[in-house]
Amino acid sequence: MTSLPSRADVVVIGAGIVGNCLSYHLADLGWRDIVLLDKGPLPDPGGSTGHASNFIFPVDHSKEITALTLDSMRQYEKLGTITTCGGIEVAREHVRVRELQRRMASAVAWGIEADLLNPDEVAHLVPFMDTSIILAGFWTPSVAVVDPLQTGALLREQATAQGALTVSASTEVTGIRTEGGRVRGVSTDRGDIETETVVIACGVWSPRIARMAGARIPLTPAVHQMIDVGPIPELAATKTEIAYPIVRDMDALMYERQSGPDLEIGSYAHRPILHEPDDIPSLEAAALSPTQLPFTDEDFDPQMEAALELFGPILNTPGAGVRHAINGLLSLTPDGSPVLGETPEVRGLWSAAAVWIKEGPGVARMLAQWMTDGTPEIDLHAADIARFYPHQRTSAHVRARTSEGFNKTYGIVHPREQWESNRQQRLSPFHVREKELGAEFFEVGGWERPQFYESNRGLLDEFGDRIPDRPDEWDARWWSPISNAEHLAMRERAAMIDVSAFAQFDVSGPGVVDYLQRLTMAQVDRPVGRLIYTPILTPHGGFRSDLTIVRLADDRYRIITGGADDARDAFWFTRHLPEDGSVTFTDVTSAVCTLGLWGPRARDVLSAATEDDVSNAAFGFGTARMITVNSVPVLALRVSYVGDLGWELHAPFEQGLRLWDVIAAAGEPHGIVPAGIGVYGTTGRLEKGYRLMGAELDAEYDPVEAGLALPKVKAADFIGKAAYLAARESGPAATLCTLTVDDHTGIEGTPRYPQGGEPVLTLDGERIVDRKGRGSYVTSAGAGPSVGAYLLMAYLPPEHAVEGTSLLVEYLTEQYPVTVARAGRTPLFDPDDSRMKS
Amino acid sequence: MEVLVCVKRVPAPGAKVPLTEDAQDIDTRHLGFTIGPHEECAVEEAVRLVEAHGGHVTVLAAGPPEVAEQLRYALAMGADRGVLVDTGAAELDPEATAAAVVHAIRTLDAEPFDLVLFGNESADAGHYQVGIRVACELGLPIVGGIKGIDVDGAAGDRLRLRRDVATGVEVYEVPLPTAAAVKEGLNLPRYPTMPGRLKARKAQLLTIPFEPAAGGLRKVRLRQPHDDREAAIVLGHGAAAAPAVVDVLEELGAV
Repeated sequence: MTSLPSRADVVVIGAGIVGNCLSYHLADLGWRDIVLLDKGPLPDPGGSTGHASNFIFPVDHSKEITALTLDSMRQYEKLGTITTCGGIEVAREHVRVRELQRRMASAVAWGIEADLLNPDEVAHLVPFMDTSIILAGFWTPSVAVVDPLQTGALLREQATAQGALTVSASTEVTGIRTEGGRVRGVSTDRGDIETETVVIACGVWSPRIARMAGARIPLTPAVHQMIDVGPIPELAATKTEIAYPIVRDMDALMYERQSGPDLEIGSYAHRPILHEPDDIPSLEAAALSPTQLPFTDEDFDPQMEAALELFGPILNTPGAGVRHAINGLLSLTPDGSPVLGETPEVRGLWSAAAVWIKEGPGVARMLAQWMTDGTPEIDLHAADIARFYPHQRTSAHVRARTSEGFNKTYGIVHPREQWESNRQQRLSPFHVREKELGAEFFEVGGWERPQFYESNRGLLDEFGDRIPDRPDEWDARWWSPISNAEHLAMRERAAMIDVSAFAQFDVSGPGVVDYLQRLTMAQVDRPVGRLIYTPILTPHGGFRSDLTIVRLADDRYRIITGGADDARDAFWFTRHLPEDGSVTFTDVTSAVCTLGLWGPRARDVLSAATEDDVSNAAFGFGTARMITVNSVPVLALRVSYVGDLGWELHAPFEQGLRLWDVIAAAGEPHGIVPAGIGVYGTTGRLEKGYRLMGAELDAEYDPVEAGLALPKVKAADFIGKAAYLAARESGPAATLCTLTVDDHTGIEGTPRYPQGGEPVLTLDGERIVDRKGRGSYVTSAGAGPSVGAYLLMAYLPPEHAVEGTSLLVEYLTEQYPVTVARAGRTPLFDPDDSRMKS
Repeated sequence: MEVLVCVKRVPAPGAKVPLTEDAQDIDTRHLGFTIGPHEECAVEEAVRLVEAHGGHVTVLAAGPPEVAEQLRYALAMGADRGVLVDTGAAELDPEATAAAVVHAIRTLDAEPFDLVLFGNESADAGHYQVGIRVACELGLPIVGGIKGIDVDGAAGDRLRLRRDVATGVEVYEVPLPTAAAVKEGLNLPRYPTMPGRLKARKAQLLTIPFEPAAGGLRKVRLRQPHDDREAAIVLGHGAAAAPAVVDVLEELGAV
């Protein structure tokens, strides 16, 4: 047995699919002195990799997950550890047929060959299935089965041959040493290793290992039941591991696949069965392996009946028995996405957890880039460990959300679908009033935000003739025409909008200007009282974030950022604080509430509530001032994300209710309405062409493409500057455009409304791909009530990014004509911003 | 032929058997349960005998209500009826177990059994007693260590029982009714089919409550066996290791 080195550049803990691939990719990027540890033996140390079903369905609605999967498939292909067999997702219910049509749109959007089949066509591919009970099948010819253990062995071999990797199996980590919030070393039962970088790739054990360093990886081990039934002569006759397509019985939340002479049946339909990482048996105590727990029959019985319905013809074969049955452990996270990146708690401690076999190699390659260059080429914001807010890292939250999410694994999840469990975590001071007004609350970052108000239903009488009906239930799910009415009332009068979910950070000190200049694309050395909108770029020049900064004093700024992504922002801004202590970072989110007041009457309303001069002359657009509203000291920002005259009013949290009541009373004579995030986040912003982080803006697009390049480049250096300069030089490979839907009529004669994520096609129905290989898809979709059109945003290559160009959008396998209404950032509504600046 | 098979619910541990803190029991919090391999063969043999000669297979287990899981497993393998002798949560010693089984057989005496099968010894305690105690109490002949059962005689009223011994094979002829304690290797037990499992899930079990008197065996404590395995010695790598391997083989007398 080789002895452990006393020092390493990086220690990777866990020799499953992720740890093995990561060790290889780190070596590939030039890392040396890599140590890979596992407490189990090789090649199968006993984690989830050893019992996974190992199949890959590439099509997912998420761009990020699909990109990781496709990258992984290419890697398996290169290693020769992949067997392509094709796969079919079958529908028993009509709602599922619609979901398969939606999957078809995702397949086109991400450029994956797929087809919808009728039951006869399915029967042709899988002759031993009873297709009389299905309605349709979604066929993906590239679905494949991989060998993750062989993949791991090959990659370990290659990294070892390069002299970059030491592998130590049967080595248990007993501690991770930290000092001043940084990793210093790893202790094991075979000796200690000094290192500055540790990666936790321990699957279901990851939370336990992270805790050794004082960090949290929010996931839970959960059971996924699998059985093997055989021998089945039809399958044995193929004399191979897999000859028939894998079938996902989506409505039963199950899959069936050939495994040699057996049929393997897996289920996501049983009750959520969660475990604690500390309770997983040791290698020695486990009957099969630590992650293959005793099968619990009673949980699987209903699934057996479902399997017999579909595969009765072969499962009833005499002599075919249940030869293997396990409660396999896998990792579940509160939102279903992986947990990747450097932990916010400990520098140098990285998480590579909650990763499926289908994403493993891709995740590993991205993490290696991230650890080497500071950013991966695939945008991973939805998988970033820094996305979790403190309450989301608690075991109460993890258990609640994973219990709710488990059965969504094969579920039909609406893009606007809200979680039900563990809500009511963060309430703005306006909450009590909002409840009285019948607010429908949507959650962001744990905040409860009104999406629209039932109290505004009466506005439909006033504005109903300008609000198109959405007769289809799917289009109208988690949506209300009241949002459009609130929007129109705001545009005619005024609206008050709760935006307390904003995160707010105060940064101050003698080094603050240099510190901010380095992180921001815009010039922040502006006069006190100025508002500065700025992109925050990755080292590769893509979007890390976009936000507003206010200069409060020569040496003090406030950073105001959106509620959806601000945990990642807090991580970024704290990680880049100068080590000399010349800048102090204070998160004031919980101290400040924010009420937006916008609309042509906003000045009349505010004037009635303050003695301060809020005229345009005294309080111009793009500035901030302290004013007094009644008895509430307010930091007022003359800015708007909905494109109308008005202010963000930032007040002490505990005086929020008073602020609300004062503005509501002052606004009453002017017809003020409360308006929800349906206006702020969708209708108002889309009419104004404002981009949203995570939708239009991500690390794969740059400011030139997003139409957010500034006229001048500041002299100061900043992260992403070189790439930004290069992007300005080369011009955009695609330009963010606003499109209008010309005809909503679907095949059933009723109007239909794309919901986002759909592919944009040429008039010939061809997929549009830019010169960087990125397909055009709808990044945001929503009504533009004041412009009388339904609006879509999409990046289009230069030849299509021309105003007036006719294109198609594919929604549920039907194509709808659209027109490029705006190429670039000029908004459709009030293009010269005269309302906002009046 | 009416066949009764007695099975025991036992934990299914890995290489290391976890013990409770007081060392009185196996810590089963994270373990599954099963029936021992001898008993699985007994069930298989009973099912085959009945398939060939007609009759019914009754499977019986004594213990807490959870033994239903093992009864249903046997039903899924093809047994016709399950009898649960509910003796509560307390662990039974061989004397008490035998009393429970005898009580149940007597309760069922309207339908006498031609053959009562046991596993040679239980997979956990391994006392080797229950079959003999039950046979003795009921006045049945019994042979242990059985690895072959054939129905003999024109009337099918005798069994030929076979077992391996160090010097060869012993064959016994016994008249029915009889008892036998069988060993793994008797046959290759089948896996339960999916339809079998679903049928077993819905089957009604006959429950017979019984409170046996405590037996005479007292457990002091359980202890982990000493790990006296020696560490592996690496003899060398690749072709260079060949001479060392030959040395070892010679030492063992293998070459």
